[in-house]
Amino acid sequence: MSDQVQPEKLPVTVLTGYLGAGKTTLLNRILSEPHGKKYAVIVNEFGEIGIDNELVVGADEEVFEMNNGCICCTVRGDLIRIIEGLMRRKGKFDAIIVETTGLADPAPVAQTFFVDENVGRRARLDAVVTVADAKWLKDRLKDAPEAKNQIAFADVILLNKTDLVTDAELREVEARIRGINPYAKLHRTQRSQIALNEILGRNAFDLDRILDIEPEFLHAEDHDHEHGHDHGHDHGDGHHHNHGGLKHYHDEDMQSFSMDTDKPLNPDRFFPWIQKLVAEDGPNILRCKGILNFKDDPDRFVFQGVHMILDGDHQRAWKDGEKRDSKLVFIGRNLPEEKIRKGFETTIA
Amino acid sequence: MSTDAANTPSVVERTRTVAADAPVVAVHFLDRTAAFVLGEEAVLLVSGASDEKRVAIHGGGILSAACDGVRVVTGGDDGKVCSTDAKGESRVVATDAKRRWIDQVAAGADGAVAWSAGKTAFAQVGSSEPRSLDVPSTVSGLAFAPKGVRLAISHYNGVTLWFPNAQAAPEVLEWKGSHHEVTFSPNGQFLVTSMQEPALHGWRVADRKHMRMSGYSARVRSFDWTAGGKWLATSGSEQLVMWPFQSKDGPMGKQPRMYAAFAVRATRIACHPKQEIVAVGYADGTILMVRIDDGAEILGKHPSNGPVTALNWDATGSLLGFGTEAGEAGVIDLG
Repeated sequence: MSDQVQPEKLPVTVLTGYLGAGKTTLLNRILSEPHGKKYAVIVNEFGEIGIDNELVVGADEEVFEMNNGCICCTVRGDLIRIIEGLMRRKGKFDAIIVETTGLADPAPVAQTFFVDENVGRRARLDAVVTVADAKWLKDRLKDAPEAKNQIAFADVILLNKTDLVTDAELREVEARIRGINPYAKLHRTQRSQIALNEILGRNAFDLDRILDIEPEFLHAEDHDHEHGHDHGHDHGDGHHHNHGGLKHYHDEDMQSFSMDTDKPLNPDRFFPWIQKLVAEDGPNILRCKGILNFKDDPDRFVFQGVHMILDGDHQRAWKDGEKRDSKLVFIGRNLPEEKIRKGFETTIA
Repeated sequence: MSTDAANTPSVVERTRTVAADAPVVAVHFLDRTAAFVLGEEAVLLVSGASDEKRVAIHGGGILSAACDGVRVVTGGDDGKVCSTDAKGESRVVATDAKRRWIDQVAAGADGAVAWSAGKTAFAQVGSSEPRSLDVPSTVSGLAFAPKGVRLAISHYNGVTLWFPNAQAAPEVLEWKGSHHEVTFSPNGQFLVTSMQEPALHGWRVADRKHMRMSGYSARVRSFDWTAGGKWLATSGSEQLVMWPFQSKDGPMGKQPRMYAAFAVRATRIACHPKQEIVAVGYADGTILMVRIDDGAEILGKHPSNGPVTALNWDATGSLLGFGTEAGEAGVIDLG
């Protein structure tokens, strides 16, 4: 990437959620709680935030297409401009929060950090946090493709307003969420009440931290694996793992699946395969990520992708005695799962 | 640059170093006074061997700056457009009613000033009240034509050309994609924008003929016309890339010339006002001066930490001011 001294990058949290889910309440909470941190907030509608803060910036959600031959590659032009402007005041705040409109697709926001070098050099995507309304999400998943996108894209989901639904309804809506995205951290909340460290500072897009999110990443879904993982990390209070008695929903058009193998992969076959895959099916692949074990490579390779954009690197050496598995996760719309699984198998060395 | 830096002649010892203590957004000369526009609040005026004056003009970050040789026009995130002269006298040209960020500013002949907030471009020409024009998306660049009072406003999918004091409907030069900085050639015949992709787009204004200039390794964030306008010197690559504009077809069907190949990218470009010499600032803080005739190079500044973000000559071409993202600044006296 860039060849200059790397300044410390500011973390950016993307806050999504359908209209009325509780985003503004959450934002007000972030801005008013005494946590000793200062946030620059990029909002789509001025005035909704009742707090006088000079670091609240109004944005216009301008989604620009890139002429780079990548048909789904869009960026948020306003973010490029605003983040550059905020950098003038570096040192005055600790992190940036981007609120999107209820109808927004999170992908252009995420892609901005991979596509615009200047933004990527100074700021890094921390996580996509989606606030969902426990009472109405079920309906929105039926009639609003944006709502489904936001769930599918999320790293952290706040299932909010849980006081307005019964236990059974809550389990039902959780199962629907899990049917779309089993990999996100799910928190039950009321009035968007949540410990801020559950939504900020997640490092969900940091290749170096794929290891840390691994437990979540692994035990979701894999039905044919035993459920005996170590939970070496802290689950927040609101985090629920209701494996027992949880209904399994499979969303009609949004799916996710994972693949793994303990056989080493051939990088000369893997990279052409994944590049072709995202070139062909990228518009439907919302997110993908993986930890890879290449033949004769002492290092773990980690990668992530948003639609057609891939980002990957060697992470660290495999440890002695560590199980050298490769694991990949895909979330997307109408995913050609059989084709992807078969293709992946051909990359085994 | 040759790999052996020791063999490159140097003028580094002719530098007056200035403690900017803030990222430098731009540097402009008001006669012999260098005006360093800082990332926050202030303009730092530097002249002679020791004179230095810090003038606080904005209540926040400074987002944009332009200069007509007499005053520096700045736009801030406090919603203000300010004009500051060499003595440090500053006045507020305009305040945005909604306190929106002033993203872009431009300075034209006879004191004309233009600025933008969101999708609206404003222009104040002569003594008349500011006029405004809404374009389809956020304004990402402004430039006055070299003659007359025509303003180029870049935005998504093209550039709008507007005569602020005339009734005529604005003209739109279309090209798909996101356009940023915009510049007229000194003879006014060509208009060039830098795009979000690593490429430039140009139009011949008379017949709107397109020209695409690509091959960069990064977005082009700085360009400038050589004295006489024969060349457009550009950043965005690990060398200085020069596009030929001496013929009526501009660079159509022609290859650029490359100079001063380097290990890191060129980030700022400033052409000497009289001779075909280009000052190039690089991503590691190095500054080189390149003579177009023979490609000879002179070292203006050693590498340090952080890219060169500001670079400009005075009108006579004897002073070169520079600033970096890390807050280094200085004036090289070549007189």
